[in-house]
Amino acid sequence: MSVIPHGPDPFAMDRGGPAQPLLSISGLVKHFPVRKGTGPKRVVRAVDGVDFDVMKGETLGIVGESGCGKSTTAKLIMGLIERDTGGMLYDGQAIGERAMPWRSYRRQAQMVFQDSYASLNPRMTVEQSIAFGPKVNGVPGRQAVERARALLARVGLEPKRFAGRYPHEISGGQRQRVNIARALALEPRLVLLDEAVSALDKSVEAQVLNLLLDLKAEFGLTYIFISHDLNVVRYISDRVMVMYLGRVAEIGPSDSVLAAPGHPYTQALLSSMPSLDPDNRTQEALLAGDPPNPIDPPSGCRFHPRCALAEGICAGREPPLAPIMPLHRVACLARQPGSGHSAAPAEVLAA
Amino acid sequence: MTDTTIPTVPAVELSGLRVAFGKTQVVDGVDLRLERGQALALIGESGSGKSVTLRAILRLYAPGRSRIEGTIFAAGRDVLALDKRALSEFRGGDVSMIFQEPLLAFDPVYTVGNQITESIRRHETISARDARARALALFERVRIPSPERRLDNYPHEMSGGMRQRAMIALALACRPQVLLADEPTTALDATVQIQVLLLLRELQRDLGLSIIIVTHDLGAAVEVADRIAVMYAGKIVETGTARQVVRDPHHPYTIGLLRSRAEGAMDKGSRLQTIPGSPPDLANRPPGCPFAPRCFLVADRCRKEMPPAAAIAPGHVIACWRGEEASAAYRAGPTPVAVEMA
Repeated sequence: MSVIPHGPDPFAMDRGGPAQPLLSISGLVKHFPVRKGTGPKRVVRAVDGVDFDVMKGETLGIVGESGCGKSTTAKLIMGLIERDTGGMLYDGQAIGERAMPWRSYRRQAQMVFQDSYASLNPRMTVEQSIAFGPKVNGVPGRQAVERARALLARVGLEPKRFAGRYPHEISGGQRQRVNIARALALEPRLVLLDEAVSALDKSVEAQVLNLLLDLKAEFGLTYIFISHDLNVVRYISDRVMVMYLGRVAEIGPSDSVLAAPGHPYTQALLSSMPSLDPDNRTQEALLAGDPPNPIDPPSGCRFHPRCALAEGICAGREPPLAPIMPLHRVACLARQPGSGHSAAPAEVLAA
Repeated sequence: MTDTTIPTVPAVELSGLRVAFGKTQVVDGVDLRLERGQALALIGESGSGKSVTLRAILRLYAPGRSRIEGTIFAAGRDVLALDKRALSEFRGGDVSMIFQEPLLAFDPVYTVGNQITESIRRHETISARDARARALALFERVRIPSPERRLDNYPHEMSGGMRQRAMIALALACRPQVLLADEPTTALDATVQIQVLLLLRELQRDLGLSIIIVTHDLGAAVEVADRIAVMYAGKIVETGTARQVVRDPHHPYTIGLLRSRAEGAMDKGSRLQTIPGSPPDLANRPPGCPFAPRCFLVADRCRKEMPPAAAIAPGHVIACWRGEEASAAYRAGPTPVAVEMA
């Protein structure tokens, strides 16, 4: 089935069984230094201690405002930038160590970016772009091209018409289809979609979302789907992770996170989605101002300066990510028994 | 606001507007009327001609490279008849515009306050101090925090949401009657977008401003607009109040737009209804209705004759031969779009 040689790739097959997460991230940290004048050294805390698992075959949605670290997280997962600290396990195997070098990991994890034009080489035809990855991984040229054409057909672009075109000769929706085909060329198990449909028109967006669902079922893929559009995330994701200033604010099944959010920030995000009901327009924005700067994140809970539930304790203590329901975890003191926040639920005494 | 003498003169009236760049007919016969104090949203996909229509109102296209036909009346003036001098008074003074990317719209080498006072002094004889006081009042009006300090900021020192507020302040500096907004919130975060939309609504209410907002986001349109006009391939295919267009759409394209939204999906993971195909090539416009090749109700007549705009209810106008069937299909249930792109 696989066209990629070098014998059986140990990572192409499932190793740990369905209960083992496909990707397990713990304590991921990335700080970028800011050089500005001669003052004290400062850093942008883009990702500041993030833990999460991606289960096999699921779609994990990541949402948050700009600057919350969602794209940095994606780049760290792909190894496009180096992490400061933190552990990353792929199907139980540490990434970047001798047993699983980055090169063999990247064959299993591929990414689709927001800007469909910038992410294609303008001097390569669509077909060449798709066949490039397999060729680098040792697939003979003819076979790689054949596979590229099959993939083009699969994503809804007739190979005869499109294979020889350059990126500037096709529309944005078609380019994003090419990017998806390219991501699939190495038969990965994990695909990261970083705002992959955000730049598309609504009607084209729907076409691409349908395609993503079909491909997922057909190839047994696992998606990490990053978007700022909660409606799209709700539609496509099994679980949702909400990020705020480099930390996870809330994570859980998308039905429960987006229907009954535990974190006040998730509530604010949901309420800022425009309503489609002309008789019931939004009257008040729950969040004022812009997302704060990740250079100097507030002390304690990072959301407390914008939070309606904030109390004195929130400035002093960073809330842990604790479950409010099985699988649904929230980093908010007001939701945690015994935290000292006045709105916190009563502590359940162990009998 | 005290304009009771000529109550029927609309804020903007376009009739038979056609804009072409070379052989590409981008806007192809647009009739549009914006009443005073009203907010109208012009929605459509990229390439539908919505931004070009908006920019034509300010005559932002170089005459050598574009051809504008039809008539444009805005704020009581015949825009196409204005000479150079009157035009520059008109821009900003009677009608002004805000753009999608405020970082590109501001000059990076002057402070924001400077640019606002410059605009005021360009239009009116006023002392520098008074102009600055007015800029400050504008900043307070659009609710920029610590406005005094922010006036001395350069554009890059502000965040995206604040820059967009500053641009609204700049647009309002010379007290225009009409504000044109070209995708004002597309580059912003959802949490900031809603703040800007609410601000626009507030300005419309408090200053009696007439607003045309161009957007591709139906949700944003519903949040600000009293009326919605849907554009496709350079033509307006459906116009009506926000309620009429969203609740009771009659054009198959509007129906497709509403259906393809992810929140409209019945079940999670069920396929979204899509509009098959892609918009036509405007340089080789097929005869008949431009939406015919993608339409789920297409008939022979649609391919030959462009349907005229016809009112189906007071204020609700569509350009479709089969509007009643489309509306019935919409009300019947969510499966009229059977054709799926391969």
